[in-house]
Amino acid sequence: MVSLIIRRTLQLVFLLLGISFLVFSSMYIAPGDPAAIIGGPTATETDIAAIRANLGLDDPFLAQYARYLGNAVQGDFGYSYQTTQPVADAIAVRFPNTLKLAVASMIVAVIIGILTGLVSALKQNSWLDVSATTFALAGISIPNFWLGALLILVFAVNLQWLPVGGMAHPFYTIDGIRELILPAITLGTGSAAMIARMARSSMLEVIRADYVRTARAKGVKERSVIWIHTLKNAMIPIITVIGLNFGFLLGGTIITEKVFAINGVGRLMIDAIAARDFPMVQGSVLLVATLFVLVNLIVDIVYTYIDPRIKYE
Amino acid sequence: MREALLEVKNLVTSFRTSEGSLQAVKDVSFHVDKGETLCIVGESGCGKSITSLSIMRLLASNGVIESGEVLLDNEPLQKLSDEQMRKLRGNKISMIFQEPMTALNPVLTIGYQLREPLLLHHKISKAEASKQGIELLRQVGIPNPEKRLNQYPHELSGGMRQRVMIAMALACHPSLLIADEPTTALDVTIQAQILDLINDLKEKLNMGVLMITHDMGVVAEVANRVMVMYAGKKIEEGPVEEIFNNPQHPYTVGLLNSVPNVDDPDFELEPIPGNMPGLNEQISGCRFHPRCKFAMDKCKVEAPPEFTVSDGHCTNCWLAEKEGELHEHRNKVAVRA
Repeated sequence: MVSLIIRRTLQLVFLLLGISFLVFSSMYIAPGDPAAIIGGPTATETDIAAIRANLGLDDPFLAQYARYLGNAVQGDFGYSYQTTQPVADAIAVRFPNTLKLAVASMIVAVIIGILTGLVSALKQNSWLDVSATTFALAGISIPNFWLGALLILVFAVNLQWLPVGGMAHPFYTIDGIRELILPAITLGTGSAAMIARMARSSMLEVIRADYVRTARAKGVKERSVIWIHTLKNAMIPIITVIGLNFGFLLGGTIITEKVFAINGVGRLMIDAIAARDFPMVQGSVLLVATLFVLVNLIVDIVYTYIDPRIKYE
Repeated sequence: MREALLEVKNLVTSFRTSEGSLQAVKDVSFHVDKGETLCIVGESGCGKSITSLSIMRLLASNGVIESGEVLLDNEPLQKLSDEQMRKLRGNKISMIFQEPMTALNPVLTIGYQLREPLLLHHKISKAEASKQGIELLRQVGIPNPEKRLNQYPHELSGGMRQRVMIAMALACHPSLLIADEPTTALDVTIQAQILDLINDLKEKLNMGVLMITHDMGVVAEVANRVMVMYAGKKIEEGPVEEIFNNPQHPYTVGLLNSVPNVDDPDFELEPIPGNMPGLNEQISGCRFHPRCKFAMDKCKVEAPPEFTVSDGHCTNCWLAEKEGELHEHRNKVAVRA
């Protein structure tokens, strides 16, 4: 276990190096001059040249990259070109919102996904199964922005049950939860559908296993046959899908954040790309990549608790 | 004085499939007495496992018992509710399965799986169940039973796992043990140990054992009586000595001839030609006649009824009728084709 964590951490270092290099170079060769954007429409050639020199944008590519890395390892991810705010601070302010949204969506996705998959596996080929499978197909196919807009229209504008958007209250208050419901459903539906499909096929496979028949032959109650003997075995592939989806959710909140006017990392990243705010883009991408790796590490550790046959040397 | 434990009367089990309803067990009757072992013998797919699952009421969801009766201690199991049946399973009737590698749950400890039937049926404390579990493991010859309780199935060998299965099945001292090919997946040396173990425990607990196998060697080892099945039907039944020394049905003879005899250097294996018919295949008369070297015209049109050869020995073959006046037509109800 310890060796797994050490190995993954080392991998993470190399991964972050590679990603930072990729993002840095793609930003470098992208058209558009950040100095001109910072200077604004009234800036003269001399002003822009001064800004460039000040930011070190005239230095060779490798020199710029090396300087960035050197600062980054000390926790300094540079300053936003737009606001001159430190990148780390800007992300730190917005990340809790993104995390809240991703966790809430994941809760929605796991509950709906596993229950739907379970019901449709246990009632295979019944009308319940058909509707659950149709839901899963629809959930994967429906685009986020459309679902979000639809939910706002129905539940916020027409019925006025829930707020239209924003994220102003702490998540543990009633208002905070009310704010989270629609965005969480919007973002979680796709993952719920994927989890449901995996849960269905995994349950169907396990429910026919010899050991499930053994459990029934021992006189085990049907409830325990499903929840203990079957589900625990079916969880491994489901956990994998949950982990991957959580990673995607953390990095894929952009559209939902836009639709519901949530001040999160996704929106920060999109706005930074539009404004050629290189340090901000760089910082957000590195954060998302790190989270993705960490989530997958957690998934790998969770495996060992579910399946005793999985051991890391 | 024989004491009937299990009685199966005219059991018909069928499966709904895309090709319509298929009968896997066709009108099979037999009984198991207390303290006796009945072996059901036959090729794969002859309906022997389906017969045992019908008794346990553990058929797959598309399987259904169409007609017939299963009586345990004169109580018809078909009339019990699902909940009453569940309380019987693992308690009065237990079952051991063929594949010890897959029949134990890989993510639960041996201890958990062993305690389960005890906690369910005997309503004792977990500590008491663990204590009894250790005793059971010791009884089936597992060394270091205390340590095994915390282990998982993958940490045990195949033979050890089958012993655990047996310990689980015997936990509540069942009156009937159904063993579905319990030694097929094991090494020969382990096979003998497991069979001895089942025999010993049978005598100790005065259990009835229904052993399902395709291995005539196993039959010779454990059986008191033998029932031979072919394509869903019983074709011969009798005491084990009768079946080995005086087999009546050509299929039984074929099964015996397909077992190698190491003592006889001139012995040649004699395979039975052809394959067992599929469940949906319509065969007129005796279902074995296309593969039978003694088939007569009569065999092709009329299914043979049950003829009694001697006390307790009967067969469904027209040859038995022809050979002597001794064999009377015992069962007037012609078996459905």
